[in-house]
Amino acid sequence: MRFGVVVFPGSNCDHDAWYAISRNLGCPAEFIWHQSQSLGNVDAVILPGGFSYGDYLRCGAIAKFSPVMAAVRRFAADGGLVLGICNGFQILAESGLLPGALIRNRGLKFICRQVELETVTANSPFTCLASKGQTLRMPIAHGEGCYYADERTLDELEAEDRVVFRYRDNPNGSLRDIAGILNRERNVMGLMPHPERATEPLMGSSDGLLVFRSMAAAFAVR
Amino acid sequence: MSTLTPELISAHQLTEQEYQRIVSILGREPNYTELGIFSVMWSEHCSYKSSRVHLKKLPTQGSHVIQGPGENAGVIDVGGGWAVAFKIESHNHPSFIEPFQGAATGVGGILRDIFTMGARPIAVLDSLRFGPLDDPRTGARNRRILAGVVSGIAHYGNCFGVPTVGGECVFETGYSGNPLVNVLALGVARKDRIFYARAAGVGNPVIYVGAKTGRDGIHGASMASAEFTGDARQKRPNVQVGDPFLEKLLLEACLEAMETGAIVAIQDMGAAGLTCSTCEMGSRGGAGIEIDLQYVPQREAGMTPYEIMLSESQERMLLVAEKGREEEVFRVFRKWGLDAVTIGCVTADGMLRVKNHGRVVAEIPNRALADEAPVYERPYTRPLRKYPMDAPPFRSADLEADWKALLASGDVCSKRWIWEQYDYMVRTNTVAGPGGDAAVLRIKETDISLAVALDGNGRYCALAPRQGARLAVAECCRNLSTVGALPVAATNCLNFGNPERPEIMGQLVEAIEGMAEACRFFETPITGGNVSLYNETLGEAIDPTPVVGVVGLLKTGPPLTADFKRPGRAVILLGGLGDCDEIQFGSTQYAKVVLGRIWGLPPALDMDYEKRVQAAMREIAAAGLAESAHDVSDGGLAVALAESSFGPAGVGAVVELASGMREEFLLFHEGPSRILLSTEHPEAVEAIARRHGVEAPRIGVTVEGRIRLAARGRVLVESAIEPLRRLWETALERMLGV
Repeated sequence: MRFGVVVFPGSNCDHDAWYAISRNLGCPAEFIWHQSQSLGNVDAVILPGGFSYGDYLRCGAIAKFSPVMAAVRRFAADGGLVLGICNGFQILAESGLLPGALIRNRGLKFICRQVELETVTANSPFTCLASKGQTLRMPIAHGEGCYYADERTLDELEAEDRVVFRYRDNPNGSLRDIAGILNRERNVMGLMPHPERATEPLMGSSDGLLVFRSMAAAFAVR
Repeated sequence: MSTLTPELISAHQLTEQEYQRIVSILGREPNYTELGIFSVMWSEHCSYKSSRVHLKKLPTQGSHVIQGPGENAGVIDVGGGWAVAFKIESHNHPSFIEPFQGAATGVGGILRDIFTMGARPIAVLDSLRFGPLDDPRTGARNRRILAGVVSGIAHYGNCFGVPTVGGECVFETGYSGNPLVNVLALGVARKDRIFYARAAGVGNPVIYVGAKTGRDGIHGASMASAEFTGDARQKRPNVQVGDPFLEKLLLEACLEAMETGAIVAIQDMGAAGLTCSTCEMGSRGGAGIEIDLQYVPQREAGMTPYEIMLSESQERMLLVAEKGREEEVFRVFRKWGLDAVTIGCVTADGMLRVKNHGRVVAEIPNRALADEAPVYERPYTRPLRKYPMDAPPFRSADLEADWKALLASGDVCSKRWIWEQYDYMVRTNTVAGPGGDAAVLRIKETDISLAVALDGNGRYCALAPRQGARLAVAECCRNLSTVGALPVAATNCLNFGNPERPEIMGQLVEAIEGMAEACRFFETPITGGNVSLYNETLGEAIDPTPVVGVVGLLKTGPPLTADFKRPGRAVILLGGLGDCDEIQFGSTQYAKVVLGRIWGLPPALDMDYEKRVQAAMREIAAAGLAESAHDVSDGGLAVALAESSFGPAGVGAVVELASGMREEFLLFHEGPSRILLSTEHPEAVEAIARRHGVEAPRIGVTVEGRIRLAARGRVLVESAIEPLRRLWETALERMLGV
């Protein structure tokens, strides 16, 4: 299985995602420049963390107009696996590929720390190797990670089993403790925590590897 | 004919003698632009004119050193074909005037110094000093400055994508009017791909890349070379505004451009901007540089040559490329959406020749600007000393209350509120992040890890600058040894008051000599650094604050951290209980926090013993014998014991000391050369200690959930861990009122 990692000029977790996949997961990974019109022949695409185009405006507000995002939209519509991590989640939300928005953390400060996540559903290509209720440890590092959506959307997400991860101890004020969600077709996931930073014991946790392994397993049985 | 008046010359902070020297170098009166150029290059900040004669005393060579002082950053060989570039720099004055942007651009400046060497930055550490947060008069301002500085560092480092992995934060009255913001950055490069700032090749194009030039930061370097009087806010326009996104683009573009092989030399435009980068690159390469300002990308219309040459707009670099290969360079910068323009070329005559639309507006020998600034042997006397020598009478009423007061004090309490605002993990190299004795970063492609720590102690240096500086080096090296790393090289940031005052100059000289002695002894040559003088507001100088950053090497593996892991382990105080007397006790956190006064002298330091303790510690760590290790420093043994108990395992210790030392001393003295460790193999640890001729008393055993410290059968302090941890962990937030 081939992973593509999108590189916006302000992406700064692109190397980390590439390293996690190629070294710790053991799958080929390649970078995709933000001006690319196509994703080439990748089987899954990752929108990594960072500050896409500086994000001095709303996070991801400019990224959604980039050529690569048009390609990502087509890829997602064709059923391709899309994982948005941190800034990637913000971009997916801005692009309308996922509902809701990521607003400033409740405490108005950037927060970097290890958190515990509850795996809310194993019914997704991103968590199919996890068990429902399983606790995963991985870090967060964001200033604008408070998940916000209207009540109806939140109810819908829950009713359709599209909340993938919840914070055990909500660090940023996210509504209903939401840390990660799926689109309706379940092939696009956005999450604020960084699974790519938790893919080997030396980094304090390998739990994030489960997300990537799940993607590989889901792809294999497709 | 010159139109320069004496007032104009003195407004440029040039003395009459300096002006005469300029006239004799040029063989004529300088014009206004040339006066500006000389004034920034000959400022204290750029020329080190007051410190240069003494900086020569520092050791700068060693087996690991590839590049010592004189380049944008020092470079050391770390093995496996890899090199590390690192340096510390101050941004004290701007951070006082505008805390957020001052600190942010401080980070930006030092990052450019690293990647201009061809090294990708992988870590930042900060040494911060502020006035007390709870001071009734200045507390509100100190809190605002702290919050602004921390947000500024977070803003810049997080967006740029470099982890901020450690540092220190200290509160002392003297920093109320003059906070210190020292930033260390460190980057890695292939050893055979290091870039230097030496212009070469007559006819080679000089290329300007990055942000456009604006009117911001004009005379920043001169501002940083003067003390503050009255309302510093009027200096605010001198502070630059940082754009970390642009810097990130510049990083990627520069590294990619270097890959083309078309780049001959490169230097960032930091202090003194275009002026400094042109004349320094020219001078280092023994070459001339000719530029025409009409080609310099400008943010606003109507800028004069003076303004363009002196602007300190951020996120700009100057490079020399091979003639005929410009397009290869331009292509890379275009890809990253950055300006890249040829503004001139390298010449053979050694001159900095600045034209504006073809008309020469400045013409000065590069060497005169970069290397022939006046050097002053400023008179010095015994260092300024504000504190008494003799101890006041004191007797603790309640040792446990004192212990808690220390744990909740600004210098000792947890700095989590600060470092959680920094992304300390990005790039996934952080093996041990903030909050420990030293940060540890792996180099992915190898089995080599780097350990880095920053240390300074203004209080010690205020009492005895030579000894304070020696202690800072010893402690920084000990921090590295505590995580199992061998210290190999250092960088320093010397923060002092006005060197024209002989008693301040005395502090500087003593501190440099003490640092030189210790760096030589611990084999950590200084590969670069920064001097920040004139740290005074309204005539009140800061405590002399030399800060040292040391880089060490260790094999990549699970980190050795400070916290106890399991109950039932032996607790050993490697180095022994140490010693203290009433005079030395006056420099401790206990004196400062509990007694509210400072006197006497810093702790004694036996450097030979210290070195043996550290060697023993490294051997213990390498053998995997220690489950935890923590340097005993601020607050002494009682504080170190508590800190080691604050880990996720919730394991504390029961300690029984066989000593007749006075109880306050026993618990809280800050004698060096001591490391608190826990081990499952005490005999093996003791055997190593014996071999190094180092004491290693077994002082207790780890237990679940509580801490108790007794001496000769009497319990001195005792607590459950949780309430104590809460006290320590929330103290800073309480002080900030957040």
